[in-house]
Amino acid sequence: MASKEIRGIFCDVLTEEMAKDKRIVVIDADLAKCNGTMGLRKIYPDRAFDVGIAEQNMAGIAAGMATCGMIPFISSFTPFATRRICDQISVSIALAKCNVKIVGSDPGITAQLNGATHMSVEDVGVVRSIPNIVIYEPVDAEQFRQAMPQIINYDGPVYIRMFRKAIDDVFTAPDYKFDLFKADTIKEGKDVTIFATGIMVQETMKALKTLEELGIDAEVINIHTIKPIDREAVIASAKKTRAVVVAENHNIIGGLGSAVAEVLGEECPTIMKRIGIKDRFGQVGKLPFLQEEYEMTDKHIVEAVKEVISKK
Amino acid sequence: MGTAELRNIAKQIRYYTTDEIATLGVGHIGGSLSIADLLAVLYFKEMNVDPKNPNMENRDRLVVSKGHAGPAVYAALALKGYFPMEELKTLNVEGTNLPSHCDRTLTPGIDMTAGSLGQGISAAVGMAKASKILDNGARVYCIIGDGESQEGQVWEACMSAVQLKLDNLIVFMDYNKMQIDGTTEEIMSVANPAERFKAFGFNVYEIDGHDIDAIVASIDGAKQVKDKPTMVVLNTVKGKGISFVENALVDCHSMNFNAEQKAAALEELK
Ligand SMILES: Cc1ncc(C[n+]2csc(CCOP(=O)(O)OP(=O)(O)O)c2C)c(N)n1
Ligand SMILES: [Mg+2]
Repeated sequence: MASKEIRGIFCDVLTEEMAKDKRIVVIDADLAKCNGTMGLRKIYPDRAFDVGIAEQNMAGIAAGMATCGMIPFISSFTPFATRRICDQISVSIALAKCNVKIVGSDPGITAQLNGATHMSVEDVGVVRSIPNIVIYEPVDAEQFRQAMPQIINYDGPVYIRMFRKAIDDVFTAPDYKFDLFKADTIKEGKDVTIFATGIMVQETMKALKTLEELGIDAEVINIHTIKPIDREAVIASAKKTRAVVVAENHNIIGGLGSAVAEVLGEECPTIMKRIGIKDRFGQVGKLPFLQEEYEMTDKHIVEAVKEVISKK
Repeated sequence: MGTAELRNIAKQIRYYTTDEIATLGVGHIGGSLSIADLLAVLYFKEMNVDPKNPNMENRDRLVVSKGHAGPAVYAALALKGYFPMEELKTLNVEGTNLPSHCDRTLTPGIDMTAGSLGQGISAAVGMAKASKILDNGARVYCIIGDGESQEGQVWEACMSAVQLKLDNLIVFMDYNKMQIDGTTEEIMSVANPAERFKAFGFNVYEIDGHDIDAIVASIDGAKQVKDKPTMVVLNTVKGKGISFVENALVDCHSMNFNAEQKAAALEELK
């Protein structure tokens, strides 16, 4: 069900693209082993290197390299790739229009046993309010494989919110075509729209079974690119179903739920409910426990769907 | 407490730290074991603390800035009597008060939340400055990693500790020469740390971090110095005390333990 680890794909695509494009460099801050980029150092010793545990410096070095035409990928765990270097992202990367790709791994509750300090509940909120930066969160191996070259070709800063381990495949159709700036409709439906991102897409797929049994025809749309959000897709679906649930692995403040609410509030006010971390910090635990604790399971999605439909 | 007793405490800290991590099956064993001797001296000889009153006013404080060494600190705290030894089995278990990284809101005896490297030492500077203003005679101890010292914030904190003349601050650098991706030499050198901290204006000692007497002597020395913070560079072995952990070198940062490895490790620490 799950194909290759996402970090394996990250490394594979970089290995290929770095061979074709000398501008790509990969910089780590002592988490190359975790993020799967260690192997690149053997193949491209001058273009894949570590700056030590110094994320702010890493962001600044990357910005400087970008001004010379390079395309740097910098990586850490999500909190240290975003909130720790927020000002560097804002000034040296986004304001200065530097083409840096920022990769954060273990988003939200997927930091598991590393606990609260490593559990970013706010990274999307932090980055989303900085102008001139794209935020992309992969769903599965195939989508990420297609996304990487588009991210490399896009001339500007991108934040990749990367779950790094193996995860169930969602996009299995042989003709699946990914577009970085277009939401992916996974299933059409008429009663409710579930906008989901990251690991919550897999959770939504689980919920679909129960929803079907309940006779609810749900539309499922993956908003993989949280910024700029595909406004047309959000509006069109909300107009059709008139009830919305948003599911994300992030604080319900500042993330995809907020982004969808902003669009709907301005364009077509629609009853909606947000599934995600309800303005709390993280804690240690394994994923199934954390999903229950933070009310982020398929069951919670089903309940939210029932609620919004009842309020239509 | 004398050297022999402190040595015995350090041994127990190693034993229970390993038991915590191996019972769970995974954890930051390397950087926990490297500071066991220091923790024994701090909690069982130097620090003015009261396990029955963890928030005692005017107590000495310890900031474990390399917050991933939580398991070793918890073992020391339990041995000191802050909470029952049994609780050590709850490391990282759902709803625990003993998470991977030190959290002052969860664990009695933990003075500062840490885990995002580089931040704890600044908090230690703040605590030392507060003690100066309050004139309460409290001392502040802080433990930083050598990899952690690649964070710019560590050096910002060092500058301020010197500028503020914080002679009540004693920082220990766990110079085990390893981080996650490799040795500190390979990744980002912090070589000659003693010289670097001297240049910043610290009173500096460089010692064997597993030598109880040397640790005690460095703290005694620090107490004699006026108007300067002290930095003690501890030459340590990451994973100290368990041969297969030590031999894993850089890979001992975080390790998995199966039942056999757990038994072998605990046997060696008896
Ligand atoms: C700001 C930040 N960046 C990255 C990490 C991930 N991380 C945890 S421990 C560690 C290595 C620490 O090395 P060192 O300070 O030498 O610790 P020790 O060898 O004593 O375990 C890293 C990179 C983190 N916790 N915080
Ligand atoms: Mg180290």
